[in-house]
Amino acid sequence: MSHHIVQAENLAYTYPDGNKALKNISFLITHGESVAFVGANGAGKSTLLMHLNGHLLPGKGFLRIGDFPLTRETVQNIRRSVGMVFQESDDQLFMPTVYDDVAFGPLNMGLPADIVDGKVKSTLETVGALHLINRPSHRLSGGEKRSVAIATVLSMSPDILVMDEPTSNLDPKARRRLIELLKSFKHTKIIATHDLDMALDLCERTIIIREGEVAADGRSIDILNNKSLLSESNLEKPLRFQGCPVCGA
Amino acid sequence: MAGITIPAIYFPEIIISKIESSLQSLGYMDLLSYQDTALHKIDPRAKFITSLFFILTVVSFGKYEISMLMPFVFYPVFLLTAGNIPAGYILKKILYVSPFAFMIGVFNPFFDQNVILHLGNTGISGGWISFISIMLRFALTVSTALALIACTGFNNICFALNRLGAPKIFAVQLLFLYRYIFVLAEEAARMVRARNLRSFNGKGKGIKTYGPLLGNLLLRTINRAERIHLAMICRGFDGNIRIMNKYKFGLRELFFVSGWISLFLIFRFINISQLAGILVTGLFI
Repeated sequence: MSHHIVQAENLAYTYPDGNKALKNISFLITHGESVAFVGANGAGKSTLLMHLNGHLLPGKGFLRIGDFPLTRETVQNIRRSVGMVFQESDDQLFMPTVYDDVAFGPLNMGLPADIVDGKVKSTLETVGALHLINRPSHRLSGGEKRSVAIATVLSMSPDILVMDEPTSNLDPKARRRLIELLKSFKHTKIIATHDLDMALDLCERTIIIREGEVAADGRSIDILNNKSLLSESNLEKPLRFQGCPVCGA
Repeated sequence: MAGITIPAIYFPEIIISKIESSLQSLGYMDLLSYQDTALHKIDPRAKFITSLFFILTVVSFGKYEISMLMPFVFYPVFLLTAGNIPAGYILKKILYVSPFAFMIGVFNPFFDQNVILHLGNTGISGGWISFISIMLRFALTVSTALALIACTGFNNICFALNRLGAPKIFAVQLLFLYRYIFVLAEEAARMVRARNLRSFNGKGKGIKTYGPLLGNLLLRTINRAERIHLAMICRGFDGNIRIMNKYKFGLRELFFVSGWISLFLIFRFINISQLAGILVTGLFI
Protein backbone atom coordinates (compact mmCIF):
# COMPACT_ATOMS: atom_id res chain seq x y z
CA MET A 1 0.00 0.00 0.00
CA SER A 2 2.31 2.71 -1.18
CA HIS A 3 -0.46 5.23 -1.66
CA HIS A 4 -0.77 6.31 1.95
CA ILE A 5 2.85 7.18 2.57
CA VAL A 6 4.31 10.59 3.26
CA GLN A 7 7.95 11.03 2.47
CA ALA A 8 10.11 14.13 2.84
CA GLU A 9 13.69 14.35 1.66
CA ASN A 10 15.91 17.30 2.52
CA LEU A 11 12.84 19.50 2.50
CA ALA A 12 13.65 23.20 2.87
CA TYR A 13 11.55 26.30 2.67
CA THR A 14 12.42 29.98 3.00
CA TYR A 15 9.67 32.58 3.27
CA PRO A 16 9.85 35.59 0.94
CA ASP A 17 10.95 37.72 3.91
CA GLY A 18 14.07 35.56 4.29
CA ASN A 19 12.87 33.52 7.27
CA LYS A 20 14.32 30.02 6.87
CA ALA A 21 11.42 28.09 8.35
CA LEU A 22 12.47 24.64 7.16
CA LYS A 23 16.12 23.83 6.63
CA ASN A 24 16.55 20.15 6.17
CA ILE A 25 13.65 17.85 6.92
CA SER A 26 13.61 14.16 6.05
CA PHE A 27 11.20 11.49 7.23
CA LEU A 28 9.14 8.61 5.94
CA ILE A 29 5.68 7.95 7.33
CA THR A 30 4.12 4.70 6.17
CA HIS A 31 0.54 3.52 5.83
CA GLY A 32 -1.54 3.61 9.01
CA GLU A 33 1.13 5.23 11.18
CA SER A 34 0.29 7.89 13.74
CA VAL A 35 3.00 10.47 14.04
CA ALA A 36 3.21 13.49 16.32
CA PHE A 37 5.18 16.52 15.21
CA VAL A 38 6.26 18.43 18.29
CA GLY A 39 8.45 21.44 18.72
CA ALA A 40 8.64 24.88 20.28
CA ASN A 41 6.75 27.86 18.87
CA GLY A 42 8.32 28.92 15.61
CA ALA A 43 10.16 25.62 15.14
CA GLY A 44 8.59 25.12 11.70
CA LYS A 45 5.67 22.81 12.44
CA SER A 46 3.06 25.01 10.80
CA THR A 47 5.21 25.55 7.73
CA LEU A 48 5.61 21.81 7.43
CA LEU A 49 1.84 21.27 7.68
CA MET A 50 1.33 23.90 4.98
CA HIS A 51 3.42 21.68 2.71
CA LEU A 52 1.39 18.59 3.48
CA ASN A 53 -1.73 20.11 1.93
CA GLY A 54 0.12 21.76 -0.90
CA HIS A 55 -0.41 25.31 0.27
CA LEU A 56 3.34 25.77 0.13
CA LEU A 57 5.55 24.01 -2.38
CA PRO A 58 9.01 22.79 -1.35
CA GLY A 59 11.71 25.38 -1.87
CA LYS A 60 14.36 22.67 -1.97
CA GLY A 61 14.20 18.93 -1.58
CA PHE A 62 11.31 16.67 -2.22
CA LEU A 63 7.96 15.75 -0.69
CA ARG A 64 5.93 12.76 -1.77
CA ILE A 65 2.38 12.18 -0.61
CA GLY A 66 0.85 8.88 -1.67
CA ASP A 67 1.80 8.24 -5.27
CA PHE A 68 2.44 11.87 -6.11
CA PRO A 69 5.45 14.09 -5.62
CA LEU A 70 4.21 17.50 -4.49
CA THR A 71 4.26 19.85 -7.47
CA ARG A 72 1.96 22.51 -8.82
CA GLU A 73 0.38 19.93 -11.14
CA THR A 74 -0.32 17.26 -8.56
CA VAL A 75 -1.61 19.50 -5.82
CA GLN A 76 -5.30 18.81 -6.57
CA ASN A 77 -4.77 15.05 -6.27
CA ILE A 78 -2.87 15.51 -3.03
CA ARG A 79 -5.62 17.60 -1.51
CA ARG A 80 -8.06 14.81 -2.22
CA SER A 81 -6.04 12.32 -0.26
CA VAL A 82 -5.01 14.59 2.63
CA GLY A 83 -7.66 15.74 5.07
CA MET A 84 -6.49 18.81 6.93
CA VAL A 85 -8.06 19.81 10.25
CA PHE A 86 -7.19 23.38 11.18
CA GLN A 87 -6.37 24.65 14.61
CA GLU A 88 -9.24 27.08 14.71
CA SER A 89 -12.53 25.40 13.90
CA ASP A 90 -14.16 28.71 12.97
CA ASP A 91 -11.81 28.87 9.99
CA GLN A 92 -12.78 25.40 8.91
CA LEU A 93 -16.53 25.73 9.34
CA PHE A 94 -17.34 28.45 6.84
CA MET A 95 -20.75 27.29 5.65
CA PRO A 96 -23.96 28.38 7.38
CA THR A 97 -25.02 24.99 8.71
CA VAL A 98 -23.26 21.81 9.80
CA TYR A 99 -24.90 19.89 6.95
CA ASP A 100 -23.66 22.31 4.29
CA ASP A 101 -20.20 22.28 5.79
CA VAL A 102 -19.84 18.50 5.79
CA ALA A 103 -21.36 18.33 2.29
CA PHE A 104 -19.00 21.00 0.91
CA GLY A 105 -16.04 18.71 0.11
CA PRO A 106 -18.01 15.78 -1.38
CA LEU A 107 -20.08 18.17 -3.54
CA ASN A 108 -16.88 19.74 -4.86
CA MET A 109 -15.60 16.27 -5.69
CA GLY A 110 -18.62 15.97 -7.97
CA LEU A 111 -20.45 13.23 -6.09
CA PRO A 112 -24.20 12.87 -6.76
CA ALA A 113 -26.63 14.38 -4.26
CA ASP A 114 -27.92 11.15 -2.70
CA ILE A 115 -24.41 9.82 -2.06
CA VAL A 116 -23.39 13.15 -0.55
CA ASP A 117 -26.42 13.03 1.73
CA GLY A 118 -25.49 9.54 2.92
CA LYS A 119 -21.86 10.55 3.45
CA VAL A 120 -22.84 13.59 5.50
CA LYS A 121 -25.00 11.50 7.80
CA SER A 122 -22.55 8.63 8.19
CA THR A 123 -19.55 10.86 8.94
CA LEU A 124 -21.50 12.93 11.42
CA GLU A 125 -22.51 9.70 13.08
CA THR A 126 -18.88 8.57 13.22
CA VAL A 127 -17.85 11.71 15.10
CA GLY A 128 -20.97 11.54 17.29
CA ALA A 129 -22.46 14.76 15.95
CA LEU A 130 -25.47 13.56 13.97
CA HIS A 131 -27.80 15.49 16.26
CA LEU A 132 -26.10 18.75 15.19
CA ILE A 133 -26.81 18.21 11.50
CA ASN A 134 -29.11 21.19 10.97
CA ARG A 135 -27.49 23.51 13.47
CA PRO A 136 -25.73 26.65 12.28
CA SER A 137 -21.95 26.36 12.69
CA HIS A 138 -21.63 29.50 14.78
CA ARG A 139 -23.94 28.13 17.46
CA LEU A 140 -21.81 25.12 18.41
CA SER A 141 -19.62 24.72 21.47
CA GLY A 142 -15.85 24.40 21.07
CA GLY A 143 -15.93 20.61 21.35
CA GLU A 144 -18.83 20.30 18.92
CA LYS A 145 -17.07 22.57 16.44
CA ARG A 146 -13.96 20.39 16.58
CA SER A 147 -15.96 17.20 15.99
CA VAL A 148 -17.77 18.76 13.04
CA ALA A 149 -14.49 20.14 11.65
CA ILE A 150 -13.15 16.58 11.65
CA ALA A 151 -16.34 15.37 9.97
CA THR A 152 -15.90 17.94 7.19
CA VAL A 153 -12.65 16.28 6.11
CA LEU A 154 -13.71 12.70 6.89
CA SER A 155 -16.62 13.08 4.48
CA MET A 156 -14.07 13.36 1.67
CA SER A 157 -12.69 9.91 2.62
CA PRO A 158 -9.07 11.04 2.91
CA ASP A 159 -6.22 8.51 3.24
CA ILE A 160 -4.15 10.77 5.46
CA LEU A 161 -5.41 12.98 8.28
CA VAL A 162 -3.32 16.02 9.14
CA MET A 163 -4.26 17.89 12.29
CA ASP A 164 -2.98 21.11 13.77
CA GLU A 165 -3.38 21.21 17.57
CA PRO A 166 -6.57 19.12 17.63
CA THR A 167 -6.94 19.33 21.41
CA SER A 168 -6.39 23.06 21.86
CA ASN A 169 -9.13 25.00 23.66
CA LEU A 170 -11.08 21.88 24.59
CA ASP A 171 -12.29 21.08 28.08
CA PRO A 172 -10.77 17.90 29.57
CA LYS A 173 -13.79 15.72 28.79
CA ALA A 174 -14.10 16.96 25.21
CA ARG A 175 -10.35 16.43 24.85
CA ARG A 176 -10.64 12.85 26.07
CA ARG A 177 -13.57 12.17 23.74
CA LEU A 178 -11.59 13.54 20.82
CA ILE A 179 -8.59 11.36 21.67
CA GLU A 180 -10.81 8.28 21.78
CA LEU A 181 -12.39 9.27 18.46
CA LEU A 182 -9.02 9.77 16.77
CA LYS A 183 -7.81 6.46 18.20
CA SER A 184 -10.64 4.69 16.40
CA PHE A 185 -9.53 5.98 12.97
CA LYS A 186 -7.41 3.73 10.82
CA HIS A 187 -6.03 6.56 8.68
CA THR A 188 -2.44 7.63 8.55
CA LYS A 189 -2.40 10.42 11.12
CA ILE A 190 -0.04 13.36 11.33
CA ILE A 191 -0.62 15.56 14.36
CA ALA A 192 1.21 18.78 15.17
CA THR A 193 0.76 19.52 18.85
CA HIS A 194 2.02 20.87 22.14
CA ASP A 195 -0.21 18.44 24.02
CA LEU A 196 2.45 15.81 24.67
CA ASP A 197 0.14 13.63 26.75
CA MET A 198 -2.16 13.36 23.77
CA ALA A 199 0.82 12.59 21.55
CA LEU A 200 1.67 9.76 23.94
CA ASP A 201 -1.91 8.45 23.81
CA LEU A 202 -2.37 8.63 20.06
CA CYS A 203 0.98 8.39 18.34
CA GLU A 204 3.43 5.54 18.53
CA ARG A 205 6.01 7.77 16.83
CA THR A 206 7.15 11.32 17.55
CA ILE A 207 9.27 13.65 15.45
CA ILE A 208 10.77 16.68 17.17
CA ILE A 209 11.26 19.70 14.95
CA ARG A 210 13.84 22.22 16.15
CA GLU A 211 14.75 25.33 14.16
CA GLY A 212 13.53 23.87 10.91
CA GLU A 213 15.29 20.55 11.27
CA VAL A 214 14.43 17.12 12.59
CA ALA A 215 15.97 16.94 16.07
CA ALA A 216 14.70 13.47 16.89
CA ASP A 217 12.57 10.79 15.30
CA GLY A 218 11.59 7.64 17.13
CA ARG A 219 9.16 5.90 19.44
CA SER A 220 7.07 8.39 21.40
CA ILE A 221 7.66 6.58 24.64
CA ASP A 222 11.43 6.98 24.28
CA ILE A 223 11.50 10.51 22.93
CA LEU A 224 8.95 11.99 25.32
CA ASN A 225 10.83 10.49 28.26
CA ASN A 226 14.19 11.97 27.25
CA LYS A 227 14.49 14.99 29.50
CA SER A 228 17.64 16.51 28.02
CA LEU A 229 16.42 16.13 24.43
CA LEU A 230 13.08 17.73 25.30
CA SER A 231 14.71 20.53 27.22
CA GLU A 232 17.03 21.35 24.31
CA SER A 233 13.93 21.69 22.14
CA ASN A 234 12.12 23.98 24.62
CA LEU A 235 9.77 21.17 25.58
CA GLU A 236 8.94 19.34 28.79
CA LYS A 237 8.08 15.77 29.60
CA PRO A 238 4.39 14.90 29.33
CA LEU A 239 2.62 15.44 32.66
CA ARG A 240 2.23 11.74 33.32
CA PHE A 241 6.01 11.31 33.10
CA GLN A 242 6.54 14.08 35.64
CA GLY A 243 6.62 13.42 39.36
CA CYS A 244 3.64 13.57 41.68
CA PRO A 245 3.11 17.24 42.70
CA VAL A 246 2.53 16.23 46.35
CA CYS A 247 5.13 13.59 47.11
CA GLY A 248 7.45 14.20 44.14
CA ALA A 249 7.67 10.49 43.41
CA MET B 1 -35.65 23.14 14.29
CA ALA B 2 -37.50 20.90 16.66
CA GLY B 3 -37.20 21.38 20.36
CA ILE B 4 -35.66 24.82 20.28
CA THR B 5 -36.83 27.13 23.02
CA ILE B 6 -36.90 30.84 22.47
CA PRO B 7 -35.80 32.59 25.65
CA ALA B 8 -37.39 35.83 26.75
CA ILE B 9 -35.35 38.69 25.40
CA TYR B 10 -33.14 40.43 27.91
CA PHE B 11 -30.25 42.70 27.08
CA PRO B 12 -28.62 44.33 30.12
CA GLU B 13 -27.05 47.05 28.00
CA ILE B 14 -25.42 48.92 30.84
CA ILE B 15 -23.17 46.03 31.71
CA ILE B 16 -22.23 44.72 28.32
CA SER B 17 -20.94 46.82 25.47
CA LYS B 18 -23.07 47.96 22.56
CA ILE B 19 -21.39 45.57 20.15
CA GLU B 20 -22.21 42.62 22.33
CA SER B 21 -25.83 43.61 22.81
CA SER B 22 -26.39 44.09 19.06
CA LEU B 23 -24.74 40.75 18.51
CA GLN B 24 -27.14 39.13 20.96
CA SER B 25 -30.04 40.82 19.25
CA LEU B 26 -28.88 39.48 15.89
CA GLY B 27 -28.40 36.09 17.48
CA TYR B 28 -31.97 36.23 18.74
CA MET B 29 -33.24 36.90 15.22
CA ASP B 30 -31.16 33.93 14.11
CA LEU B 31 -32.66 31.78 16.85
CA LEU B 32 -36.19 32.70 15.77
CA SER B 33 -35.47 31.34 12.31
CA TYR B 34 -34.73 27.83 13.64
CA GLN B 35 -38.28 27.23 14.77
CA ASP B 36 -40.36 24.55 13.18
CA THR B 37 -43.68 26.15 12.25
CA ALA B 38 -45.48 25.45 8.98
CA LEU B 39 -44.36 28.89 7.78
CA HIS B 40 -40.71 28.07 8.47
CA LYS B 41 -40.98 24.95 6.34
CA ILE B 42 -42.14 26.76 3.21
CA ASP B 43 -39.49 27.10 0.51
CA PRO B 44 -37.59 30.38 1.13
CA ARG B 45 -38.05 31.29 -2.53
CA ALA B 46 -41.84 31.40 -2.09
CA LYS B 47 -41.59 33.67 0.93
CA PHE B 48 -39.01 35.87 -0.76
CA ILE B 49 -41.04 36.34 -3.96
CA THR B 50 -44.22 37.06 -2.00
CA SER B 51 -42.53 39.56 0.29
CA LEU B 52 -40.82 41.29 -2.62
CA PHE B 53 -44.15 41.59 -4.41
CA PHE B 54 -45.69 42.91 -1.21
CA ILE B 55 -43.04 45.61 -0.85
CA LEU B 56 -43.30 46.65 -4.50
CA THR B 57 -47.10 46.90 -4.24
CA VAL B 58 -46.94 48.94 -1.04
CA VAL B 59 -44.52 51.47 -2.50
CA SER B 60 -46.45 51.73 -5.77
CA PHE B 61 -49.28 53.80 -4.26
CA GLY B 62 -49.62 57.56 -4.77
CA LYS B 63 -48.13 59.83 -2.13
CA TYR B 64 -51.43 60.76 -0.45
CA GLU B 65 -52.65 57.17 -0.06
CA ILE B 66 -53.47 55.95 3.42
CA SER B 67 -56.74 54.06 3.39
CA MET B 68 -55.72 51.60 0.69
CA LEU B 69 -52.50 50.80 2.59
CA MET B 70 -54.41 49.66 5.65
CA PRO B 71 -55.37 46.13 4.49
CA PHE B 72 -51.72 45.38 3.77
CA VAL B 73 -51.06 45.15 7.52
CA PHE B 74 -52.55 41.70 7.14
CA TYR B 75 -49.40 40.18 5.60
CA PRO B 76 -46.76 41.14 8.22
CA VAL B 77 -49.23 40.25 10.95
CA PHE B 78 -49.68 36.86 9.30
CA LEU B 79 -45.91 36.31 9.13
CA LEU B 80 -45.50 37.22 12.79
CA THR B 81 -48.32 35.01 14.05
CA ALA B 82 -47.78 32.02 11.76
CA GLY B 83 -44.02 32.20 12.33
CA ASN B 84 -44.36 32.50 16.12
CA ILE B 85 -42.31 35.69 16.17
CA PRO B 86 -42.72 38.06 19.13
CA ALA B 87 -44.33 41.21 17.72
CA GLY B 88 -42.81 43.36 20.47
CA TYR B 89 -39.30 42.48 19.33
CA ILE B 90 -40.04 43.44 15.72
CA LEU B 91 -41.82 46.66 16.80
CA LYS B 92 -38.78 47.65 18.81
CA LYS B 93 -36.56 47.09 15.78
CA ILE B 94 -38.89 49.24 13.65
CA LEU B 95 -38.69 52.01 16.25
CA TYR B 96 -34.89 51.90 16.13
CA VAL B 97 -34.78 52.59 12.41
CA SER B 98 -37.84 54.88 12.29
CA PRO B 99 -35.82 58.14 12.56
CA PHE B 100 -34.67 57.60 8.95
CA ALA B 101 -38.22 57.53 7.60
CA PHE B 102 -39.21 60.29 10.00
CA MET B 103 -36.51 62.60 8.63
CA ILE B 104 -37.62 61.92 5.07
CA GLY B 105 -41.23 62.84 5.73
CA VAL B 106 -41.04 65.37 8.55
CA PHE B 107 -40.77 68.46 6.32
CA ASN B 108 -43.75 67.53 4.14
CA PRO B 109 -46.27 69.31 6.45
CA PHE B 110 -44.28 72.56 6.03
CA PHE B 111 -43.92 72.45 2.27
CA ASP B 112 -47.30 71.05 1.31
CA GLN B 113 -49.95 73.03 3.19
CA ASN B 114 -52.87 72.48 0.78
CA VAL B 115 -55.81 71.27 2.79
CA ILE B 116 -57.06 68.14 1.10
CA LEU B 117 -59.06 66.48 3.87
CA HIS B 118 -61.57 67.72 6.43
CA LEU B 119 -62.15 65.86 9.67
CA GLY B 120 -65.12 67.70 11.16
CA ASN B 121 -64.02 71.32 11.21
CA THR B 122 -60.31 70.62 11.11
CA GLY B 123 -58.56 70.78 7.76
CA ILE B 124 -55.68 68.38 7.25
CA SER B 125 -52.98 69.42 4.80
CA GLY B 126 -51.55 67.20 2.07
CA GLY B 127 -48.19 67.39 3.85
CA TRP B 128 -49.51 65.62 6.90
CA ILE B 129 -51.25 62.99 4.79
CA SER B 130 -48.11 62.24 2.81
CA PHE B 131 -46.06 62.16 6.02
CA ILE B 132 -48.41 59.59 7.54
CA SER B 133 -48.36 57.65 4.28
CA ILE B 134 -44.55 57.54 4.33
CA MET B 135 -44.46 56.31 7.93
CA LEU B 136 -47.10 53.69 7.20
CA ARG B 137 -45.25 52.39 4.16
CA PHE B 138 -42.03 52.33 6.14
CA ALA B 139 -43.62 50.32 8.96
CA LEU B 140 -45.22 47.87 6.52
CA THR B 141 -42.13 47.21 4.44
CA VAL B 142 -39.62 47.07 7.31
CA SER B 143 -41.79 44.81 9.45
CA THR B 144 -42.25 42.47 6.48
CA ALA B 145 -38.53 42.37 5.75
CA LEU B 146 -37.71 41.67 9.41
CA ALA B 147 -40.45 39.06 9.74
CA LEU B 148 -39.22 37.41 6.53
CA ILE B 149 -35.70 37.07 7.94
CA ALA B 150 -37.02 35.86 11.31
CA CYS B 151 -39.18 33.15 9.76
CA THR B 152 -36.76 32.10 7.01
CA GLY B 153 -33.20 32.65 8.22
CA PHE B 154 -30.70 34.90 6.52
CA ASN B 155 -28.73 32.08 4.93
CA ASN B 156 -31.88 30.57 3.43
CA ILE B 157 -32.71 33.93 1.90
CA CYS B 158 -29.23 33.95 0.36
CA PHE B 159 -29.85 30.49 -1.11
CA ALA B 160 -33.22 31.69 -2.40
CA LEU B 161 -31.55 34.68 -4.04
CA ASN B 162 -29.03 32.36 -5.64
CA ARG B 163 -31.68 29.97 -6.94
CA LEU B 164 -33.76 32.85 -8.25
CA GLY B 165 -30.86 33.89 -10.44
CA ALA B 166 -29.19 36.63 -8.41
CA PRO B 167 -25.48 36.89 -9.25
CA LYS B 168 -23.64 34.10 -7.45
CA ILE B 169 -20.97 36.40 -6.06
CA PHE B 170 -23.65 38.49 -4.43
CA ALA B 171 -25.32 35.54 -2.70
CA VAL B 172 -21.97 34.08 -1.60
CA GLN B 173 -20.81 37.42 -0.22
CA LEU B 174 -23.97 37.72 1.84
CA LEU B 175 -23.59 34.16 3.04
CA PHE B 176 -20.04 34.76 4.26
CA LEU B 177 -20.97 38.11 5.72
CA TYR B 178 -23.59 36.41 7.83
CA ARG B 179 -21.40 33.46 8.79
CA TYR B 180 -18.54 35.64 9.99
CA ILE B 181 -20.35 38.66 11.37
CA PHE B 182 -20.63 36.77 14.65
CA VAL B 183 -16.96 35.87 14.70
CA LEU B 184 -15.89 39.38 13.71
CA ALA B 185 -18.19 41.11 16.19
CA GLU B 186 -17.01 38.84 18.98
CA GLU B 187 -13.44 39.69 18.10
CA ALA B 188 -14.24 43.41 18.07
CA ALA B 189 -16.08 43.10 21.38
CA ARG B 190 -13.07 41.37 22.95
CA MET B 191 -10.76 44.14 21.74
CA VAL B 192 -13.08 46.85 23.04
CA ARG B 193 -13.31 45.06 26.38
CA ALA B 194 -9.52 44.80 26.60
CA ARG B 195 -9.25 48.53 25.87
CA ASN B 196 -11.91 49.47 28.40
CA LEU B 197 -10.22 47.47 31.12
CA ARG B 198 -7.07 49.53 30.67
CA SER B 199 -8.71 52.95 30.24
CA PHE B 200 -9.20 55.13 33.28
CA ASN B 201 -10.82 58.51 33.85
CA GLY B 202 -11.90 58.70 30.25
CA LYS B 203 -8.28 58.44 29.08
CA GLY B 204 -7.68 55.94 26.31
CA LYS B 205 -11.30 55.74 25.25
CA GLY B 206 -11.27 58.59 22.76
CA ILE B 207 -11.29 58.57 19.00
CA LYS B 208 -7.48 58.26 19.04
CA THR B 209 -7.56 54.61 20.01
CA TYR B 210 -10.22 53.80 17.44
CA GLY B 211 -7.79 54.05 14.53
CA PRO B 212 -5.35 51.42 15.76
CA LEU B 213 -8.25 49.30 17.00
CA LEU B 214 -9.94 49.25 13.60
CA GLY B 215 -6.64 48.77 11.80
CA ASN B 216 -5.85 45.83 14.01
CA LEU B 217 -9.29 44.35 13.40
CA LEU B 218 -8.81 44.72 9.64
CA LEU B 219 -5.45 42.93 9.76
CA ARG B 220 -6.90 40.12 11.84
CA THR B 221 -9.78 39.84 9.39
CA ILE B 222 -7.40 39.59 6.44
CA ASN B 223 -5.45 36.85 8.24
CA ARG B 224 -8.64 34.99 8.97
CA ALA B 225 -9.82 35.37 5.38
CA GLU B 226 -6.55 33.78 4.23
CA ARG B 227 -7.01 30.85 6.60
CA ILE B 228 -10.61 30.35 5.53
CA HIS B 229 -9.64 30.45 1.87
CA LEU B 230 -6.99 27.83 2.59
CA ALA B 231 -9.57 25.67 4.36
CA MET B 232 -11.82 26.03 1.34
CA ILE B 233 -9.24 25.08 -1.27
CA CYS B 234 -8.22 22.11 0.90
CA ARG B 235 -11.75 20.83 0.37
CA GLY B 236 -11.81 21.31 -3.37
CA PHE B 237 -13.16 24.87 -3.68
CA ASP B 238 -12.91 26.02 -7.30
CA GLY B 239 -14.79 29.29 -7.19
CA ASN B 240 -18.22 27.68 -7.10
CA ILE B 241 -20.14 27.20 -3.89
CA ARG B 242 -22.29 24.11 -4.27
CA ILE B 243 -25.16 23.79 -1.86
CA MET B 244 -27.57 20.91 -1.51
CA ASN B 245 -31.15 21.96 -2.04
CA LYS B 246 -33.17 21.07 1.03
CA TYR B 247 -36.40 22.69 -0.10
CA LYS B 248 -38.83 21.89 -2.88
CA PHE B 249 -41.03 24.40 -4.61
CA GLY B 250 -44.21 22.34 -4.53
CA LEU B 251 -47.96 22.82 -4.58
CA ARG B 252 -47.95 24.37 -1.11
CA GLU B 253 -45.49 27.04 -2.24
CA LEU B 254 -47.50 27.67 -5.40
CA PHE B 255 -50.63 28.26 -3.31
CA PHE B 256 -48.74 30.50 -0.91
CA VAL B 257 -47.34 32.71 -3.65
CA SER B 258 -50.41 32.86 -5.87
CA GLY B 259 -52.83 33.31 -2.94
CA TRP B 260 -50.95 36.20 -1.42
CA ILE B 261 -50.17 37.88 -4.72
CA SER B 262 -53.82 37.82 -5.78
CA LEU B 263 -54.77 39.25 -2.39
CA PHE B 264 -52.20 42.04 -2.81
CA LEU B 265 -53.59 42.79 -6.28
CA ILE B 266 -57.11 43.03 -4.82
CA PHE B 267 -55.82 45.34 -2.06
CA ARG B 268 -53.98 47.40 -4.70
CA PHE B 269 -56.92 48.04 -6.98
CA ILE B 270 -59.97 47.85 -4.69
CA ASN B 271 -60.26 50.17 -1.72
CA ILE B 272 -61.15 47.61 0.94
CA SER B 273 -61.04 50.17 3.79
CA GLN B 274 -63.57 52.34 1.96
CA LEU B 275 -65.81 49.36 1.19
CA ALA B 276 -65.66 48.31 4.84
CA GLY B 277 -66.49 51.88 5.83
CA ILE B 278 -69.49 51.99 3.53
CA LEU B 279 -70.63 48.62 4.80
CA VAL B 280 -70.36 49.68 8.44
CA THR B 281 -71.98 53.10 7.95
CA GLY B 282 -74.66 51.47 5.75
CA LEU B 283 -75.46 49.05 8.55
CA PHE B 284 -75.75 51.71 11.23
CA ILE B 285 -77.14 54.68 9.42
